[in-house]
Amino acid sequence: MTELGSAPVPPLAPDDHVRGPADAELVVEYADFECPYCAVLSAQLADRSLRRAFRHFPVRSSHPRAWPAACAAEAAGLQGRFWEMHDLLFADQARLEDPHLWQRARELYLDLPKFDSDRRSEAVLARVRRDFESGIRAGVVTTPTVWAGGVLYPGRVDQATLDGLTGER
Amino acid sequence: MIEPGTPAPEFTLARGDGEKFTRADLEGETTVLVFYPFAFSPVCTDQLNLYDEVLGDLAERGATLYGVSCDATWSQTAFREQLGVSIEQLSDFEPKGETCRAFGVYHPGGFPQRALVIVGPDGVVKWSYEAASPGDLPGANLIFDGLAA
Repeated sequence: MTELGSAPVPPLAPDDHVRGPADAELVVEYADFECPYCAVLSAQLADRSLRRAFRHFPVRSSHPRAWPAACAAEAAGLQGRFWEMHDLLFADQARLEDPHLWQRARELYLDLPKFDSDRRSEAVLARVRRDFESGIRAGVVTTPTVWAGGVLYPGRVDQATLDGLTGER
Repeated sequence: MIEPGTPAPEFTLARGDGEKFTRADLEGETTVLVFYPFAFSPVCTDQLNLYDEVLGDLAERGATLYGVSCDATWSQTAFREQLGVSIEQLSDFEPKGETCRAFGVYHPGGFPQRALVIVGPDGVVKWSYEAASPGDLPGANLIFDGLAA
């Protein structure tokens, strides 16, 4: 039985998806690829010098394609292209059906049969679920939620808060 | 609001099919009652969407979760169907708020406080929680804390 009681946001694991300078401020995003505010936040953070970790927080009834999109990103990650798939998914949230996922895989020159098998695999489902469960345990209730400096920021993040994360006041 | 260790009060709510849901339905089951202010309101939408995602985990623990509001059964059903969630809805529409009052979660504004109540199979309240404000959404982690309490 999976433990889902309260627990702090877990520290970075070796297989967390992380980008940005290693010495920059760490920001953990709990997000889903069908969430428009997550796409906005991602674009806002892209311009800043931050170390960003992405964790999946798909909620089926809110965003029916969030789970398949998360699994597609993980499957791309198994071929070393997580962040490229991340960016392509956020770039066009109106196209998240299976043919659109295959099209992105082709754009990234992925091994398509492997991509399609991986994104439906138990291992990938478990990987996405692990992120979701860590969010549940930390008290994440919506997307996007940013964790930075030991604080959770649920929902849309305003400019002043973003500036505070990077010391740009 | 009702405190842990207190026997659940007598009450009657309406199920989506028009049948009654009473204190007797709590016996032998672990029940999570999610009192929420209004069908179709933003925070309640997020709350039911979020909790729907952990229904399987609750079932593994032998717990069944219900949504409770003062909305009419038809409104609750429309809300559930629009969201696409499977959480059963219980209506406290008539006499309005009577069950909410019995559990001590009736807001003076005429709607349920955002509150969670876990009743054990013995019909005794095991855990309860009321959000500081109806606009606050309690994380699902709190329900699992309550079940483990």
